[in-house]
Amino acid sequence: MRSYANNLAPHSIRVNSVHPTGVNTPMIVNDAMQEFLAQDPALSNALANALPIDVLQPVDISNAVAWLVSDDARYVTGVTLPVDAGFTNKK
Amino acid sequence: MSGRVAGKVAFITGAARGQGRSHAIRLAQEGADIIAVDICGQLDSVPYAMSTPDDLAETVKEVEALDRRIVAIQADVRDYGTLKAALDDGVAQLERVDIVSANAGIFSFGTAEELTDEQWKDMMDVNLMGVWHTAKAAIPHLRAAGGGSIVLTSSSAGLMGMANIGHYVSAKHGVVGLMRTLALELAPDMIRVNSIHPTTVNTDMIQNSAAYELFAPDLPAGERTAEVLGPRFQALNALPIPWVEPVDISNAVLFLASDEARYITGVTLPVDAGSLVKTPG
Repeated sequence: MRSYANNLAPHSIRVNSVHPTGVNTPMIVNDAMQEFLAQDPALSNALANALPIDVLQPVDISNAVAWLVSDDARYVTGVTLPVDAGFTNKK
Repeated sequence: MSGRVAGKVAFITGAARGQGRSHAIRLAQEGADIIAVDICGQLDSVPYAMSTPDDLAETVKEVEALDRRIVAIQADVRDYGTLKAALDDGVAQLERVDIVSANAGIFSFGTAEELTDEQWKDMMDVNLMGVWHTAKAAIPHLRAAGGGSIVLTSSSAGLMGMANIGHYVSAKHGVVGLMRTLALELAPDMIRVNSIHPTTVNTDMIQNSAAYELFAPDLPAGERTAEVLGPRFQALNALPIPWVEPVDISNAVLFLASDEARYITGVTLPVDAGSLVKTPG
């Protein structure tokens, strides 16, 4: 992302990344994942968000994508944008 | 009233002009009422003319023209008592606060060797302590509202070193630490806290003879125009633009303040035309 942001900036092409915490999709909400987490309560605790929100909805990530690609963000490039309910800041 | 922040009330410091006025207008366009404060006065260590009561009156006029309510009060972010009284007065009139924009900031320059204690102290007092005061005064009101969004204005200089502005860089880095801590402390109350990191913004803080001198010490004062300086400012950015406009920062404040960003907290959001990731050369 950072390399492409640099390479493409002269062409006014912006490149950013979004960094979700757990999102309510089949990739996370499935039997295998539930079984894996059930093995050890510490795992679930380690994955808890700062905000009192268990899981984000897909639209929360979509809203970030929609903002980044819109002209509202016309000078935003090379940015890592967490959409993570404060998860990474909690570490 | 429709809009992305309809029904909300925003508290904005440094709202008389520049980015703060732009935030007030942009948030009002999307349905928010505004509590605006500004020092409307001069600090001796600041090498350009600061805001005036007329500037704040113009912000009031522009927000009211959008059919939104605004309470505007002259207050210095360095003085917690006055700032808190101003906010409390605004909340008494507009009933709540959901959004906080800690925007008030100053700029001056000198190498670490040259900076005076006065320059250092004024910078820390306005650009860091003032931000803390703003959040501190607002927290009880945000809790009462059942949650909210605090946006701290840092700078690309809050995430990287820059020669000649060690005090500004230090204060703006401090804002990041404050943001991260506030985000943790306030998450259980659903109060989100993030920082914005602009590159050069086209405002009076940059478009003045003192800032021009910093970027073009080699040119005679008469030749330091915005047109001549543009390419030098542009050299900071990856995108081929000299500076961003105040509305570009307002659009980031609006996004973070809105429910579109309901689960974004603890984030440093550059609006910097790629200046932070730009490789030299």
